[in-house]
Parts: sequence; structure tokens; C-alpha cells
Amino acid sequence: MDGAGTDALTGEQKIRNFNINFGPQHPAAHGVLRLVLELDGEIVERCDPHIGLLHRGTEKLMESRTYLQNLPYLDRLDYVAPMNQEHAWCLAIEKLTGTEVPRRGQLIRVLYSEIGRILNHLLNVTTQAMDVGALTPPLWGFEEREKLMIFYERACGARLHAAYFRPGGVHQDLPQDLVDDIAAWAKTFPAVLDDIEGLLTENRIFKQRNVDIAVVSQEECQALGFSGVMVRGSGLAWDLRRSQPYECYDEFDFLIPVGRNGDCYDRYLCRMEEMRESTKIIEQAIAKLNECPGQDVITRGKITPPKRAEMKTSMEALIHHFKLYTEGFRVPAGEVYAAVEAPKGEFGVYLVADGSNKPWKVKLRAPGYPHLAAMDHVCKGHMLADVSAALGSFDIVFGEVDR
Amino acid sequence: MDTALVELKETLALRRESAILAAEVARGELTVTTTPTQIRDFVAFLRSDPTCRFTTLIDITAVDWPAREKRFDIVYHFLSMHLNQRIRVKAELREDEILPSIVEQFPSADWYEREVFDMYGILFSGHPDLRRILTDYGFRGYPLRKDFPTTGYVEVRYDEEQKRVVYEPVQLVQEYRLFDFMSPWEGAEYILPGDEKKGA
Repeated sequence: MDGAGTDALTGEQKIRNFNINFGPQHPAAHGVLRLVLELDGEIVERCDPHIGLLHRGTEKLMESRTYLQNLPYLDRLDYVAPMNQEHAWCLAIEKLTGTEVPRRGQLIRVLYSEIGRILNHLLNVTTQAMDVGALTPPLWGFEEREKLMIFYERACGARLHAAYFRPGGVHQDLPQDLVDDIAAWAKTFPAVLDDIEGLLTENRIFKQRNVDIAVVSQEECQALGFSGVMVRGSGLAWDLRRSQPYECYDEFDFLIPVGRNGDCYDRYLCRMEEMRESTKIIEQAIAKLNECPGQDVITRGKITPPKRAEMKTSMEALIHHFKLYTEGFRVPAGEVYAAVEAPKGEFGVYLVADGSNKPWKVKLRAPGYPHLAAMDHVCKGHMLADVSAALGSFDIVFGEVDR
Repeated sequence: MDTALVELKETLALRRESAILAAEVARGELTVTTTPTQIRDFVAFLRSDPTCRFTTLIDITAVDWPAREKRFDIVYHFLSMHLNQRIRVKAELREDEILPSIVEQFPSADWYEREVFDMYGILFSGHPDLRRILTDYGFRGYPLRKDFPTTGYVEVRYDEEQKRVVYEPVQLVQEYRLFDFMSPWEGAEYILPGDEKKGA
């Protein structure tokens, strides 16, 4: 049959775009994301993320609970690095009440924020590698995560949902042997990073899947409301720890790694480098902690509990303790926005207080939310297989996106 | 930090006098109040003016004040990475008022406006795709309004006979407990248990 065109059907055939559902139970969807993808062959024409499958109404719940009761909700947002979220909540309350955190408390916060950052980046880098086909990195990364979670546990009793940072400081002091163990771990960690890097950085498949994928320019970053590694990967040296220092970050010596091309691979490199910088901060924080042993880690006052020993002898302290944990403390009326450089980007708390013991309104600004919103813009024109690479490098956790 | 914000506040007051109802610097944060009709112009000005350059939209949210005649506050947070400054823009709005969307100026406003619509029922004119975002498909009501109960109106379960998930009105096995721990000496508006006979 040489092209006689007698086949009546060929003229009738129309090529139409194909819609597929990606998730909500896809392992590369990083949780409960449902993407509706419109495909032209294997090219993504439109990408519509459906979120909210993990929506728990955190902001609504917070309005009917006291400030202290609300603290554990913050852990359940980005459950990969819980303490960094608590930090923003504490900063917001401290800003409104005008509370100063004692130095040792600040140092412990910095120490655990950086542990959180490493926890997060380890998970993200290695699972992103898994999304593009590598199986070993997650196994290696999770071994280190396990050690870090034990540090969490030894500080506060919980491996994930810590509730350790409190308005005014941290809940309890760290025992010295824990501080020493973290110092010993920080010495061994760069070698583990080298191992993981040896697996991935020059890996042919990893590079083929990540280089020049999901490129975002500096202008796009700002227009799309990106923060954290997502802007640094594109070459903007923007880090809240440096540009708007909170706690005592201005005392620490660390570098801000930036990428050049703004693709998935540069973001991976940034995260690897950030882990090394975090290790440096951890070492410095430990050195500073050793200079002030035995100092109080929480400001004693209206918003914090009295010392245990004091409660045994002082009636006022006992009443204070009881009232604090039943009625809670009051926060003066006003509004405040406090942001921290969480591992995923800028995590902010917008708090409106009406002068009572409960917040009138809380808005949690999750960094992953605008990142995921940009999926359509970023994935358009990419291949279907690149969607999971892009998603992996966006570092999405549904606890914080859906709230 | 504060002096730069005060300067910025004065520049804004001078150059956009008609748009600004109030401006104050409190706790190191600049808050500017404007009107719903002016928001789009004002935001475009903030983005493009060389003294502001607020090119990153951080957040959009609303606050519900049911006792007020203009019920909602709409709150925008902007960040300027160039000048390392933040600004909060607020506007009061009535329940039936429609707000202009700022998606054209800030593409990231898309999902934030959808969320505000989902949670508060505030409508945005000119938004390309104003759907619900966080709540369930087919959800009714606006959960973050103060008159929406925390328990919600419907609950779901898997029905073995119909072999699907069914929606039913919420049934609480015990009364919803409101833990009001406000001190009875100051400001509690209810009668303490055991105190019922005191007034009689």
C-alpha cells in the first residue's frame, strides 16, 4: 500500500492531549499531592496541583487554644525539621511580649535549628536521588538522620514532635554529655557527606536527570515568591540568618552557598554545601555553649514556668505554675510577623493578638506553598519524568503546605 | 532598621498620599492601611518604585472581626530583597465587597488569593481561577470565619454497605468542651459551677 490514501480512518484520527492523575498515592509525590497533568505525548502542557488532602485546619484549631498549647501544632507542619517551626512561633510571641532570651537558650536554639536543617536536607537530597532512580543515598542519609533524631530525643524526649523551644527560651538545659556527643558527631559528619556526594555529584544518571531541569531565573524567583534554597540556587545570596539576623546568628561565621543556573542540580549542590555550613555553625555553637555552662536557658517571668526547686518552697511560684499551665499567659494586643530561615525557605508566623490568652488569628506562612504553586509555571514544557525531579528539588512537605 | 522604615513611611505618605489611610511603625514593622479600591495601584507602586522595590509577595491573609461593620481585614506582606525591608499592607472590607486581584502584578498571589477565598469567602475580581484550594471537593462554608464551628458541619466515614465514603452531619458523642481558663476574678463572662445561687 504505497500511500494511496484509501484508508478512511486516517483522516478521522485526531490527536488530543492526554490527562493523567499523578498521585495522591505516588511514591514520588512526597506525600499526598495530586497532580492533574495534561500531556501532549510525553510533554507536560499543564500541571494543576490539587492540595489540601492533609489539611487539618491548624490555623482554626490554634484560635481556640492557649499560646503554649499551640506550640506542638507547629511541630506537625514541616515534620522533617520540627524545631525550626517552633522557633518562628516563639519569636512571634517574644516580639509581642518583649521577652529577651538568655544567651545559653539562644545558643541551644541555634544548635537545634541547624540540626533541623541537616535533618531536612539529608531527607530531601537523598529522597530526590531516589525520585530519579538511586536507591543507596536514602539508606545512607537515614542512618545519619537517625543519629540526629536521637539528639532530639535526648534533649526533649521526643524524636519528632519536640515541643522543646518555648516562648522565652528552651524547655530544659542540655546535659553536658549530650553536648559532647553532638560535638563528636559533628566531627564525623563531613566524611558521611563526602560519601553521599561521591554517590551523587558526578553520577552520570543523577546529572542527566537534574542538570537544566526546572530552571528558574532570579526575576522569576521573586515574582513567584520563592525563598530559601530556591532563590539561592538561582544565584541570589538571600538568607534570613544573614540579612535579617534573629537570635544570635550574627555572631556565627558561615558562608551562604549560591548556585548559578537555578536548576535542580544547583539546588542539590546548595543543599549539600549548606549542610557543611550547618556543621560549622553547630561546632561554633558548642564552643560557645561550653563557655556558659549552668546558665539559665529560659527567661524566668510571666510567660515561663518557675524553677522546680522554687515551687517546693514558694507558694507564689506554685500558683504561678498552676495558672500558667491552665489559664496560660496573656499576650498584649497587637500584630506581628516573625520569620525564620527554615530549611525549606522563609517560614513565617503572622500573629494577631487581642490581649487574651489565645491568639485571635494565626497565619502560618509555609515556604513550600508558593514553591508548589509554581509547579505549573516550572513544569510546562518539561517531560513527564522531569516532574518528579522538579518536585523533589522543590522540597515539598505536605504537613506545611496543607496546614 | 527602624529609622529606614520611618523614612520609607514618610516617603510613602508623601508620594501616595491619597492611597494611605494610616501608616505606623511598631515593633520594627511598617504597617500601611489603604482602601480595597486602591490596593492594585498601590501594590504596583510598591513593586516598581525604586525607593520600595517590594518584588516578593510573602503572604496574603485575612482577619475576621465579626463585631465590626467592615468585617474583614485583608493583610498583605511584602519583602524587598534589594533593600532588605518588609512592609505590611492592610485594608478593611465589608462582607459583600469584592477585592481586586493582584495576580497580574504578583503571580504568586494566585494560590494565596484562592486560600483567602476558600477560608473566608472573600471574592477577588480578575483572578483567573478562583477555586477552593485546601478544603475538600464540594466543601461548603468558610472555615476560618469566626462563626464557623471548629468541629465543622459534616463528618465522613467509609460505609461498608454502599462501598464508598459517605458524608454525614457531625455527631459529637460528648458535648464540645470549651476550655475557658480566663481568670474568674477578671473578665469571665459566665457563672462558675457552684456559683449559680449567688445572684438569687
